[in-house]
Amino acid sequence: MTKTLGYLKPYGGTVVLGLALKFVGAVAELFLPLLLEWIIDDVAANPLLSDSDKLKWTLVLGGLMLVCAVLALVGNIIANRLTVKSSGRMTHDLRYDLFRKTCYLDSKQVDGFGVPSLISRLTSDSYYVNQMVARTLRLGVRAPILITGGLILAFTQDVILACVLLACVPLVGITIFLITKRSIPIYFEVQRKQDVMVRRTQENVTGVRVIKALSKSEYEVEKFEDVTRDLAATEFKANKLMSLSNPLATLILNLGLVVLIVVGAVCGNTPGTVLAFLQFFVIILNAMIALSKIFVVISRGSASASRIESVLEADTEEKVGNFPDGDASKKIEFRGVSFSYNGVENNLRNLNFSLYSGQTLGIIGATGSGKSTVINLLMRFYDVGEGQIFVDGKDVRNYPIAELRRKFGVAFQNDFLMAASVKENVDYGRNLSEEQINKAVDCAQAREFVDGLDGGLEFDLAQKANNLSGGQKQRLLIARALAASPEILILDDSSSALDYATDAALRKALAREYASSTKVIVAQRISSVRHADLILVLDDGDVIGAGKHEDLIDSCAEYALIYSTQMGAEREGA
Amino acid sequence: MAVRRINIKDTRNLERRKVDKKFVLKNLFSYLKPYIPMLALVFAANILGTVSNLVGPWLCGLAIDEIAEADFGAIGFYAALLVALYAVSALLEYLSAVGMAYISRGTVKKMRNDVFRSLSALPVSYFDNRQAGDIISVLSYDIDTVGESLANDVIIVLKSSVMIVGSLVMMLIIAPVLVLVFVVTVPLSVIMTRFIVRRVQPLFRKRSRKLGELNGYVEEITTGQKTTRAYNCEEKIISDFEVKNEEAINAYSRAEYFGTISGPCVGLVNNLSLTLVSVFGALLYMFSVGGMTPGQISSFILYSRKFSGPINEIANIMGEFQSAIAAAERVFRVLEEPPEPADAEGAEELTDVRGDVHIEHLNFGYTEGKTVIKDFSLDVKKGQVIAIVGHTGAGKTTIINLLMRFYDPCGGSIEIDGKDVANLTRSSVRRAFTMVLQDTWLFAGTVFENIAYGNTGVSKEDVIRVCKAAKIHSFITKLPQGYDTVLTDNAVNISKGQKQLLTIARAMLLDSPMLILDEATSNVDTRTEQIIQEAMKNLMKGRTCFVIAHRLSTIRHADNILVMRDGNVVEQGTHDRLMAANGYYSELYYSQFETT
Repeated sequence: MTKTLGYLKPYGGTVVLGLALKFVGAVAELFLPLLLEWIIDDVAANPLLSDSDKLKWTLVLGGLMLVCAVLALVGNIIANRLTVKSSGRMTHDLRYDLFRKTCYLDSKQVDGFGVPSLISRLTSDSYYVNQMVARTLRLGVRAPILITGGLILAFTQDVILACVLLACVPLVGITIFLITKRSIPIYFEVQRKQDVMVRRTQENVTGVRVIKALSKSEYEVEKFEDVTRDLAATEFKANKLMSLSNPLATLILNLGLVVLIVVGAVCGNTPGTVLAFLQFFVIILNAMIALSKIFVVISRGSASASRIESVLEADTEEKVGNFPDGDASKKIEFRGVSFSYNGVENNLRNLNFSLYSGQTLGIIGATGSGKSTVINLLMRFYDVGEGQIFVDGKDVRNYPIAELRRKFGVAFQNDFLMAASVKENVDYGRNLSEEQINKAVDCAQAREFVDGLDGGLEFDLAQKANNLSGGQKQRLLIARALAASPEILILDDSSSALDYATDAALRKALAREYASSTKVIVAQRISSVRHADLILVLDDGDVIGAGKHEDLIDSCAEYALIYSTQMGAEREGA
Repeated sequence: MAVRRINIKDTRNLERRKVDKKFVLKNLFSYLKPYIPMLALVFAANILGTVSNLVGPWLCGLAIDEIAEADFGAIGFYAALLVALYAVSALLEYLSAVGMAYISRGTVKKMRNDVFRSLSALPVSYFDNRQAGDIISVLSYDIDTVGESLANDVIIVLKSSVMIVGSLVMMLIIAPVLVLVFVVTVPLSVIMTRFIVRRVQPLFRKRSRKLGELNGYVEEITTGQKTTRAYNCEEKIISDFEVKNEEAINAYSRAEYFGTISGPCVGLVNNLSLTLVSVFGALLYMFSVGGMTPGQISSFILYSRKFSGPINEIANIMGEFQSAIAAAERVFRVLEEPPEPADAEGAEELTDVRGDVHIEHLNFGYTEGKTVIKDFSLDVKKGQVIAIVGHTGAGKTTIINLLMRFYDPCGGSIEIDGKDVANLTRSSVRRAFTMVLQDTWLFAGTVFENIAYGNTGVSKEDVIRVCKAAKIHSFITKLPQGYDTVLTDNAVNISKGQKQLLTIARAMLLDSPMLILDEATSNVDTRTEQIIQEAMKNLMKGRTCFVIAHRLSTIRHADNILVMRDGNVVEQGTHDRLMAANGYYSELYYSQFETT
């Protein structure tokens, strides 16, 4: 929480000024009942004053009330503006730092937080922090001022009556506090059950074909009704509880009012005093209700703040190492590389291979066999556990990250496209030339469909590129990887949705147009890697075959099995 | 006083749009109809409670006047009366709030169920044309908005109206002249509120839209964080973000600048009334006009507070009512969607299916004028395997959509066992098929529930039998709770291939005479693929099968291969015949062996 609140510091002046004005406004409002009392008791009902004096003083005091009312207005409006400004700027800064931090997190840290959680920290959590700060500055200060100020004024008026007031405040406070506190877990439960309802709906929308195919609509409706019944019952429980707070608070204060009148009568107070106290009561009641609302906002906001802080505290300092160099004639070399994601079991064991510039590496193997891990290590998304990885003879850990990654063009498995134009997606913030982009689009076999789009390269993709088919998306991703003519091109299972003809055309174009790039191709299909200079067959983190296609067919049983499954056995002789 | 849930991701319908109020109110009324007696009770309790609350200040005034007289007996009497009155008022207020919460609960529950039921009767095309998120927003966010408005706003409006009328009456009784003060302040407050609301509404819409844009961007970029890092374009992304961040904050500040004015303005009007009432009240008292007493002034002041407060409250709530009505409209629009057309009159149940399928001169298009399937004919004998091949987007799933009657053909006919499916009940046609789709569909429930899926008569033995046949039994037994393991989004680590096997087991249990297989294994590794293929082979035995093939190697033995291109069936025949024809199929086939 402290770190988050620290973001208010640059706007300290604005905050203090705002609070000061709030204070002025609140005090001005507190003076109103006081002036009211003077008018009634000391002027109107004062037998010592002449009629003309009475008139004069009534008007003077009435004028003062008017001044107070205007002061309250101006003070509050300006104070609110200042508050909005400081809380808005503070949220902006916090969000900016959080986003910057998120952009620079390394993959291990992203894994630790989880992508959905990072997203909700940037969206809902930053929103709740903003709400907390804005509301607290706006109402949270005013309410205590009104309560304490009201009490102080009351005490200057009449100690006994003030005691009645003082007794009511904690009573109302405790009542509201208890009710709110009990209701918070119920609201969490409501939230949880709503999530269940949303999940059920989601399931039904995605599974609509299966459900209809099996004529299970009625069954699903029944299941859904169980969920809504449960949800409605919990919601009712929460509402019942919350319905208590208003009537109870009002009742307590109203009873206090009665006590006040009785005590006032017994102690021989003037009607004006009692009247002023009635006003204090109203002011304090409203302040208490405002406080109870803030209570909820703060409890949610502080939870959000600590979630945000845990990201901000992540260490993203870049460390450039000083490891021994390797063979500079080789483009890529893995030397005895082992790695584990969780530090328990190795996901990759003792991997050795090397590639010369312009060569192609193919990696094939089952899901979870470590194919993508090779790429994660090569591009240094993770650091090796053992061994060394060299690019151009230099350990990848000796490069500044940006310098290393500039050598690569990559299309990840299930990579993402932005809601932006085709061109922006291929360019991806690198300011590439028109030529480079066009060449990449051609080579990635995307030209035909891009030209068919409304606006061609300027066509805007929907979120998650929902307006493109799987194969179209993959071709744009490949174009992005190619566009900067990288030294090393990496395609991680990125042609799986292409049909064979397109896939073959892509391979031809790659060999022709990007001959100097060293290529690393991860695939499920043999046809995508069979022409590679080196094929690695991975199985559960171990290399169980390495060599050219022709060698592996004979030497690696697993490879031969994959081949026959995919190509059909009789194809051998063809 | 519940804190309203804010759907910060909801950016739909932020533009101003004409809402059909009549349509909404008519529908809403039909939901509230069963609660009319209850509503009457709630209203009565509320009015009574409010009225007794209103009598309070009057009694206070009387008691205060007695203070001057020092008549302790009378004061005691009034005090006791006040206590009773306030207690009753609080009780009635509580009861009416709970009553309204009850009504809102029932209404919301029924709405949710109705919307869901209506969704379940809608044709597949409805879901094909919409984002799941939009449908979910209606069911959760929109209905919530209606419910909260019912539970809170109705009561407040009712209470406020009674308050306004009641306190006005009381003030008129006490001092008609003083009421003149409100001739100034009430219009002032109404004009001010209206002005602010009109200024503020578009600003708030803009604020939500900008925040939505920012959130959308964040979601996108965070998901692709690794890509950003791979291309070293963090700074570019951050500067793009900064533009959106700045816009969002500016929109926020502008909306809030104006939004936060209303509170102090309302305060000003209230304080203004207080000042005027005090001054004029005092003057009246001084010059003994209308026989004012200090007690009367005090009652009048208390009433004036009760009078001006609710006016503003109603003004504030009007905005919320508007959004509730807009939300209700979206809800009722879903209920209005035409369901799947009913079965033809006298439609037969399809029973004892052999599995012969005959398609004649079939024509179909998803949108009018755009024919996807042209004059397509096909004859399938029981037990045959029909493969459908072609590029992604070539229209392979269209055939399945028509066979399953998810969509109806525009021309031509489909016959099963010589009966036109148009004259059969939809559900019996669908039961005749079993589908194993590319997108494996599992729901949150146990493994057993997922396989048995709603068939109550299924025994554990049956499930184990099919799981063994689907080669997934040994995997299931290794799960922490075996067949009772709950499958959720993230609890158990199940691979795509294993999910596929589970759905195959489910299909086996159904034992339909015909099969539809979307044989998509592009993201499954080869070993799992082999297991899946073996399981599928078991499943296909003796059944008529329609296979959407992605790998040509698996369909060479099909009895008939349909080759689709741009929505049309361009070739059909056996593998050998198609290869001999040297057409598009052979082109597709050879491309997988092509060398560079």
